[in-house]
Amino acid sequence: MPHLEVRDVVARYGSHEVLSGVSLDVDRGEVVALVGPSGSGKSTVLRVLVGLLQPVSGSVRVGGQAVDYRSAGQVRAIRNRMAIVFQQYNLFQNMDVMRNVTLAPIRIKRRDRREVETLAVALLERVGLGQKLHAFPDELSGGQQQRVAIARALALRPEILLLDEVTSALDPELVNEVLDVIRDLAREGMTMILVSHEMAFVREVADRVVMMDKGQVIESGPPAEILDAPRTERAREFFGKILRH
Amino acid sequence: MERILEQLPRFLSQRNLVLLAEAAGMTLAMTAAGCLIGFLLAFVIVYLRQTPGRWALPVRLACIAYVEIFRRIPFLVIIYLVLFTIPLVLRDASLFVIAVVSICIYATAYISEIIRGGIESVPRQQVEAAATMNLGRPQTTLWVVLPQAMPVIVPPAVAFGVSFIKDTALVSQIGMFELTFRGKELNNQGYSAVLVFGTIAFVYFLMSWPLNLWGQYLEKRLAAPRSQRRRRTLRQP
Repeated sequence: MPHLEVRDVVARYGSHEVLSGVSLDVDRGEVVALVGPSGSGKSTVLRVLVGLLQPVSGSVRVGGQAVDYRSAGQVRAIRNRMAIVFQQYNLFQNMDVMRNVTLAPIRIKRRDRREVETLAVALLERVGLGQKLHAFPDELSGGQQQRVAIARALALRPEILLLDEVTSALDPELVNEVLDVIRDLAREGMTMILVSHEMAFVREVADRVVMMDKGQVIESGPPAEILDAPRTERAREFFGKILRH
Repeated sequence: MERILEQLPRFLSQRNLVLLAEAAGMTLAMTAAGCLIGFLLAFVIVYLRQTPGRWALPVRLACIAYVEIFRRIPFLVIIYLVLFTIPLVLRDASLFVIAVVSICIYATAYISEIIRGGIESVPRQQVEAAATMNLGRPQTTLWVVLPQAMPVIVPPAVAFGVSFIKDTALVSQIGMFELTFRGKELNNQGYSAVLVFGTIAFVYFLMSWPLNLWGQYLEKRLAAPRSQRRRRTLRQP
């Protein structure tokens, strides 16, 4: 049984249908990459999973248990098991790095302050920011902010980490420092769903690639299969465009 | 002109000066109390107004009605409304209380729009990030949104309070012993109107100008990035 099971999820922004029946499985320790043209609904899948957009129909199961996104309590519970990192980092601008990382674990999850702070320092050192514990977001580069955001997500000890185009807003020379961190996490067996346009990176870290188009999954399989020998015309066209250069 | 010069020494007698100083203090006290309470109540109004959910609709409508109505009524009318309705709730309310309540009603409505603007200036993604970390609405508001909205809120709110110092002159209409009322009294005692109201004008100016400068200082200081603000506080012993 997959750890995360998404079945026929439909979601709308107003009257615009952004997901038209998406199904997706993620096993424990698996890295699944969502790829596809912009507007295909990749990021929306992640937003639905963390309860930022309520699905109209379909089901989501985590660890075999169905999640009712209309229930505030269940949304809260699911957010305790998943953490998301956004394209624009979304660090709290009024807090320094340490406070960004420790706020929710200490004040919301009520974990022991000392233990959380030790963990936060370890995580920040691990993403190479041990020197920036008390810097504010506006003093950091995009790549540094994104690494703090990853540390902040990890401090929540999620079962599943969702990464929403985490390198898309970065200057090219800052992309690798963030990818290095994700590569490490994949190696350690972190369960992740990542939305990415970095095809070389997807090929390297993903166990499975899910190609989306117009709110639907059109192909799914191992990276080599999907990226090198796509079955559908739409996928061939998409990869032809982005892999050519 | 001769009359003014002739009256000047008598007008600047100790008794009159003390009277004017007290009146000025009264004006400041009324404005400060009314605007500060109004500032706090305005937060409550905005918070209630932004309560999500269908059941909160009456609350939201009530808040909108309050804000829209009291921003559109002349301040003098609010004063009379308070003057004649307050005995229903509070017997023997002093004129000071009536003045403060009036200012408070008006300031709450007005400042709540400033606060709403400030809160809306905080990027929605900050709130979303907080939500995914399970921060509730009060926590998100207090820890994430307000600290970032304050630099946008405080300067215009201070400017409102400062400019309101002069508008409080209207409470002299109900016999409140504030600056303008004392001016009228002195004028009735036979002092030249030019002399009296010239002095009064100068006192109003003296009260609001330094506060205005303080407001500008706050604006500059709050506009600086968070990190620089912190350095500055650190440097101070």
